[in-house]
Amino acid sequence: MSKQKSAPKKPLRHSLPGFGLTLGYSLVYLSLIVLVPFSALFVKTASGGWGHFWETITAPRVVVSYGVSFGLSFFAALVNGVFGFIGAWVLVRYRFPGRRILDAMVDLPFALPTAVAGIALTAIYAPNDWIGGLLKPVGIKVAFTQLGIFVALTFIGLPFVVRTLQPVIQNLSDDVEEAAACLGAGRWQTFRRVIFPALLPSTLTGVTLAYGRAVGEYGSVVFIAGNLPFKTEITPLLIISKLEQYDYSGAAALGFVMLVVSFFVLLASNALQAWDNKRKGML
Amino acid sequence: MAGASQFPIPQRPDTGRRATAESPVAKVLLVGITLVFFSLFLLLPLFVVFQEAFSKGLGVFLKTFRDPYAQDAIRLTLLVAAITVPLNTVFGLAAAWSLTRFRFSGRSFLITLIDLPLWVSPVIGGLIYILVFGSKGWLGAWLSDHGIRIIFAVPGIVLATVFVTFPFVARGLIPLMQAQGISEEEAALTLGANGWQIFWRVTVPKIKWGLLYGVILCNARAMGEFGAVSVVSGHIRGKTNTMPLHIEILYNEYHFAAAFAVASLLALLALVTLFLKTYSEWRAAEQLKQL
Repeated sequence: MSKQKSAPKKPLRHSLPGFGLTLGYSLVYLSLIVLVPFSALFVKTASGGWGHFWETITAPRVVVSYGVSFGLSFFAALVNGVFGFIGAWVLVRYRFPGRRILDAMVDLPFALPTAVAGIALTAIYAPNDWIGGLLKPVGIKVAFTQLGIFVALTFIGLPFVVRTLQPVIQNLSDDVEEAAACLGAGRWQTFRRVIFPALLPSTLTGVTLAYGRAVGEYGSVVFIAGNLPFKTEITPLLIISKLEQYDYSGAAALGFVMLVVSFFVLLASNALQAWDNKRKGML
Repeated sequence: MAGASQFPIPQRPDTGRRATAESPVAKVLLVGITLVFFSLFLLLPLFVVFQEAFSKGLGVFLKTFRDPYAQDAIRLTLLVAAITVPLNTVFGLAAAWSLTRFRFSGRSFLITLIDLPLWVSPVIGGLIYILVFGSKGWLGAWLSDHGIRIIFAVPGIVLATVFVTFPFVARGLIPLMQAQGISEEEAALTLGANGWQIFWRVTVPKIKWGLLYGVILCNARAMGEFGAVSVVSGHIRGKTNTMPLHIEILYNEYHFAAAFAVASLLALLALVTLFLKTYSEWRAAEQLKQL
């Protein structure tokens, strides 16, 4: 028994009641909702056999969908990185009428159901409406093209960079900026050499989060995408079409691929946060 | 004063602003970019929903909700939220209590596991339940022998919704309860309070705004979830159609005004959610400052 050994090392452990009850309940709940169903995904992926798995995930139509899902998510996350950075800076540092409302509205893509966002964006960018009508004479088609998917993915990723950066900009101490100014740095130089390096890890974290969300997004994309095979099909849509054909192991195989991608995005985000914490520790 | 001549201090032109502020031109430009980007991606979609909803007049808008299928969809959405939100609230409280009041190995793994639905595609959230309960899934044969329907029925919709929304309450509470610490709970314990008394009289008043914040987000997502629910629903009108799925059907049948009418109801919910979220976030921060 290591009872006497563990007592001083973990002082919190037995001070309050409810440990067994709350942890036990959480674990049972998570097992039923997450672990058992996910193990079904792994078993189903394996049950089709390696040949079937490889054939499914490298089918030409599926490979094109990877390009659409993973590629366009990347560009959307990049755009959110740039505009989210500017937006977070403006919301924290400047005072202008309507700032508070704009700040609250940043979370709209979280709060607005994706199907609602999907049909609204389609209405805006369809060839004869709103912005779509303005772009039509110029020869730019947005809805029902890859550009439309890009727009939808930018919409749903928008909050991540802003919300990750806002507290960091808030906590940026004035001292370093003042020191830079005292040493004769212009504002642009201060930004480039002092502010931007300090905000870079959080910006990248926000971009990673936006990417992770965009990769799996379904609701806001399906309406504006047009879903043309080899052109505007996203990978989650192909999972659904496999399920509709009762090809469970095929759907599981594609789900497995998406899970692996999400896992690497998660790893990247954790690594970025660790890097950021390490740098903060050095300051 | 001799030092001044030896080491000339760099002279900045006097622009009448602080050295740590941008030039007025840059400021206007940055605010302008933000306003344009946010208007284009946030305000315009919201405006379009309401504009399109009333584009055919109030009559068409109201007629949409007299359709029994629309009423069934609204009823189902409310039912799913009424089951999902309490379940996930209890889970969130239990998880937050165990994770912030005790240290144990595997703690950070558990936190990562709670975040999982935010990382995986909602479509996968539906897919995993089909693989377990679907006709060709693990339990498919057994369930059909016993006449139990889960997939293409309400239980499947509830399960998929529970999956995509379970992180919200826990995630709202964990950072707050971590920051608040446990000294007040321990004080109550030494004064002889039992577990339930500590929870209801000490902890709940401390965390109520954070709890509200999580519940609101959970509810918004539960009522608006599309991807996961669409996989398990089967789209049976009047039976397994939630509001977002009803919007999809109306839209695909070119009933645009009706689709946007139902959508405007969910957009209204989103606005109420944003307001309550901002308010409870602010109150939770106030409460934390008082400590």
